[in-house]
Amino acid sequence: MERNLTHIALFAALIAVLGLVPKIDLGIGVPITAQSLGIMLCGTVLGAKRGALAVLLFLALVAMGVPLLSGGRGGIGLFASPSVGFLVGFPVAAFVTGWVMERLRGDVALAAFNASAIGGIIVLYAFGIPGIAFMAGKPLAEAAVGSLAFLPGDLVKAVLAALVTQMVARARPGSLLSRAQDAAGNVEAS
Amino acid sequence: MLTLTSPRETVLHRWPAGLKLALVAAGSVVLFQLPMAGVAVALALAAALALTLGLGRDWLGLLRLLWPVVLVLLAWHGLTGTLAQGALAVLRMLALVGLANLVTMTTRLSDMQAVFLWLSRPLAPILPPQRLALAFALVIRFVPVMLLRWQALVLAWRARAARRPGWHIYAPAVLAALDEADRVADALRARGGTA
Repeated sequence: MERNLTHIALFAALIAVLGLVPKIDLGIGVPITAQSLGIMLCGTVLGAKRGALAVLLFLALVAMGVPLLSGGRGGIGLFASPSVGFLVGFPVAAFVTGWVMERLRGDVALAAFNASAIGGIIVLYAFGIPGIAFMAGKPLAEAAVGSLAFLPGDLVKAVLAALVTQMVARARPGSLLSRAQDAAGNVEAS
Repeated sequence: MLTLTSPRETVLHRWPAGLKLALVAAGSVVLFQLPMAGVAVALALAAALALTLGLGRDWLGLLRLLWPVVLVLLAWHGLTGTLAQGALAVLRMLALVGLANLVTMTTRLSDMQAVFLWLSRPLAPILPPQRLALAFALVIRFVPVMLLRWQALVLAWRARAARRPGWHIYAPAVLAALDEADRVADALRARGGTA
């Protein structure tokens, strides 16, 4: 029980840290903010339920006014900005990422990439685009085209999530909770 | 850790947090019904309120974070020839965010947490409020700890490599979070658990 709680809390802190540290330069000229990478990692490492709860915990603190969102932003005002759709979609994205991750067998990196792309891009955009359209006063199609600008960066993040998840799986096989049933041979009691 | 709450005590600080949040929620519904002039008045009122409370500078500082969004929205609407709609969307966003920021600035984190704990009461059978409160506290405590851990990782990288730290640094950061979670779980259990 304690372990569940601390994993959720520490990953909520991790999402915040990934958004607060200086951008990492990938050497291809695109510095990226890693907050949505944190969302993907919550799903690929913690699994659906715990991953989504970690993101919800993070969002609750942001809404309360703790400046944890990338760039040191916070407060309920964020839920009135065009990024509201992405914020609302974050926990769902983490859940779907974890859900897919828990069901894909085989190579960890490949599974993590697919899970991140489905949850962290497709599902997240499904929430984010209507949010932009509504707040910006634009038709959905135009908002969707505008969002394409973020697609390359998010694909890079899905690749990073895959690589990082694979490194975690190698270093701490038992800690990859999204696949805990593989390591232990049975479903971990939560 | 710093919060966005203003240390300068104002009248609004004494209002119940739940009431302020409900007012902002109601205000945002109203704002979406108003024409341009009404939205502009709302924004002016929010600004006037911030100034009257002596929070003008901080309020503007928070709102200024939105300038890239404003620029993108205006450029986008300008390109498609719907500048009037764009101006309305921008004004509405500034008014909404401005009002909400006022609440954030005049509500202590503890009061805000109390509202969230109150809202979570229906979930009590599966999520006891004391566990949720502990989770809030853990995150607030461990963000600075993890930031320090990140800086240590960056220094370790710099000591070995001439290049700037790349994506490789994310993996040890995630491992650190996992290990820390195990240690904190042990520490909690040693102190009687979360009950």
